[in-house]
Amino acid sequence: MKIIKIDKKLWSDGVEKSRAAYRLIGPVKDKEFHQFRELAKGEQPDMNYKNSRLSPKSIAFPQSETMFLYDLDEKAEAHHIMQDAPKDYSPRAVIGIRPYDAKAFKILDLNFNNSDYQDPYWINSYNCTTFIGLANSSPDKFDFSTSCGTGPFDDSAVDVLLVDYNDSYLAKIMTDKGSAWLNAAGFTTKNGEIDGTVKGVGEAEEDIYEIIEKLKADAEAKITSKVAFDKIKEKSILDIFNAPFWEDIAFACLNCGTCTYSCPTCWCFDIQDETKGKKGIRQKNWDSCMTSLFTVHATGHNPRHNDWERTRQRFMHKLKYFQDKYNQGIMCVGCGRCVEQCPANIDIRNICNQMNNGEWE
Amino acid sequence: MHNPYKPYPVRIDDIQIATEDKSLRTFKFVFLDSEDEKIFAYKSGQFAELSIPGQGEIPIGIASSPTEKGFVMFTVFRTGKVTSYLHEMKAGDIMGIRGPLGNWYPWDKLEGKNILIIGGGFAFTTLRSSIKMMLAPENRNKFGKIDVVYGARTPGMLLYKEELMEWEKRDDINMHITVDSTNDPNWKYHTGFVPTITEKAAPPADKDTYAIICGPPIMIKFTQPVLDKLGYQHDHIIMSLENRMKCGIGMCGRCNIGKELVCKDGPVFTLEQLNKTPREY
Repeated sequence: MKIIKIDKKLWSDGVEKSRAAYRLIGPVKDKEFHQFRELAKGEQPDMNYKNSRLSPKSIAFPQSETMFLYDLDEKAEAHHIMQDAPKDYSPRAVIGIRPYDAKAFKILDLNFNNSDYQDPYWINSYNCTTFIGLANSSPDKFDFSTSCGTGPFDDSAVDVLLVDYNDSYLAKIMTDKGSAWLNAAGFTTKNGEIDGTVKGVGEAEEDIYEIIEKLKADAEAKITSKVAFDKIKEKSILDIFNAPFWEDIAFACLNCGTCTYSCPTCWCFDIQDETKGKKGIRQKNWDSCMTSLFTVHATGHNPRHNDWERTRQRFMHKLKYFQDKYNQGIMCVGCGRCVEQCPANIDIRNICNQMNNGEWE
Repeated sequence: MHNPYKPYPVRIDDIQIATEDKSLRTFKFVFLDSEDEKIFAYKSGQFAELSIPGQGEIPIGIASSPTEKGFVMFTVFRTGKVTSYLHEMKAGDIMGIRGPLGNWYPWDKLEGKNILIIGGGFAFTTLRSSIKMMLAPENRNKFGKIDVVYGARTPGMLLYKEELMEWEKRDDINMHITVDSTNDPNWKYHTGFVPTITEKAAPPADKDTYAIICGPPIMIKFTQPVLDKLGYQHDHIIMSLENRMKCGIGMCGRCNIGKELVCKDGPVFTLEQLNKTPREY
C-alpha cells in the first residue's frame, strides 16, 4: 500500500481530467441535503459534506431500475418476450464516499452475488465502479460505525482512501483500480508511482503513516456511542423473536419506512411491470419491510399483519438473522442515518443493546 | 452472466378447467426454444415464476413430473391480479416462465422409504408431480409403499380426477380419496376431513416412513396432531410452504421465516426445521 500527497489546489483539475476515462459520481447539495448523483460536466463533488441524506447504495442498487422492455403488440416481432434494457457499464468513479458507506456495498454484495444466484445489475454496476473514499475526520453524534466492523478511516472497502490533511489530501492507494483512477486524474503514473512532472503531488514522507494513525485515532475518539451484538449471536432466533419487548419498541413506530430507504444496507426490493400503450418495462424498485403489502398473500392473509411485527422483522433481520446466516457481524455499518431521520426517535443502538444485554423469560 | 430475472419464453399449449367451480385451471406450457426446456430441469416439489408481461409474476408449484417431457404444467387458482389475467388467456398466447426455483422434496433421502402423501384442496399440484414421478416405471421400485390421502370439499373440487381414478385401480399405490361431503349416492370413496381419514388410513410410523403434507393451513393444523398421535417424528414430516414472493431467488427479502427464505431455502422444510423458526407464513 502506497500513500501519496495531493495538493488541494490540483484536486478539482484532476477530478475534471479523470472524466476522459470515467463517469463521475459524488456528493452534491440539493436544497437542504446532500445526495450522491452523477456529476455534470464541470460539477465537482462537495468534499466538505458531512453525510448524505440517502445512502449512496443507489449507485449500484437504484431506487428504480429497468431490467427489461416488452412489447404487447401482437404484430411486433418477439412480442410478449422480455428484452434486456440497454445499460452503460463503462468505468465510473464515486468520489468522496464515506468508508462506512463503501463497507455497506460489501454487505449488499453478500445478498446480490452468492454461489446460488448472481444479480447481473448489481454485479455489473459494482464492478464498473471505482471507490474514492473520503475519511471522516469529524463523525457526528449519530455515528457508531466503529462498533460495526468499520469506522471513519476504514480502508477495507475503498480503492483509494483520501485523508484531509491541511492543504493536501493524503491518498492511500488500496487497489489497482484506485491507482488507475489517480493516474487518469494525473496524480500518478500507470502503476501508481509518482509522476515527478506533476507539481504538488509527491510521495508522502515517512512519518505520514503516523500522522494518519493520529488523525484516525482522533476521529474514532469522537465516536462515543457503541453497540454490542456478541450475545445476540448466542441466543436462539426464537428466544429473541419471542422476547417481551417488541411491542414496546414498536410503540412509537409509524412504519413509515424512512429507516429502510435511508439505510445503506437495506436491500429489499419489489418487481413491477409498467405499461404505456403497448410497450412497457419491468423494473426493480426499493421496497420496505415496514409496509403490510410487502408480505400480504393474495388471499389477504398476512404473516406480518401487525405493525409491530414489521418493526420486529427489521431489527431481527439486521441484528440476528444476518449474523446467523453469514457469520460476518451485523447488517449495519453504524452510519446513523436511521437514528437521525426517524420521526419517532427510534434508535437502533438502544434496540441492539437491549437484544444483546437484556434478560427475559 | 446468466440473468435469473429473465423468463424463458413459452407458449400456452393447452388450458383445462380443473374444478367444477371453474376457480382453477390447468395450463400446459411449451418452451419456444427447446434448449430452454433442457435448462429448465426440475424435481418434484419445486416451483416457478409464471411471468406475464404487463401483469407481473406469480410463484406457482410445478404440477407436471420431470418424467413428463415436452411441456410443463401448472394448476392455478384464480385469486389475484396475475392469476385473474392468466385465467382469461388463450391457448397460443406467449408469456414467460422463470425457474425452476426453490428446493424439492428430499428424494435422495426418500429413496427406499414408504411415503405417505397428505394433500388438501388445490395444494395437490406438487404432490401430483411427486406421485406421477414415483409411479413412473423407472422409479417405482425405488420407493416402498405409497399411501395418498387427498381430500377436497366435494367430488367436483378434486384436481386431476381422471388420474386419481387410474391410481385407484393400481395395486402399487394406496389411494384414500375423501370429500367433506357429497350428495352423490354413487360416491364410493371416503367422506370426512383429511385429518380423520389420515388417522384411519395412514401407515404406522417407523423410521422408514415419511409423510409429505401440503394443504391449507387449517388442514395442516389439524393433521399435525394426528401424525403426532401416530408417532411420526418431526424430521419425518415434510411440508411445503407458501409466502408472498417476488424474485424467487432469495434476494428481494419478503418471504423469510427467520433466517430462512421460503423461496430459496424452501419451500420444502421438515417440521423439525419449522419448530426452530418463527411461524411467519
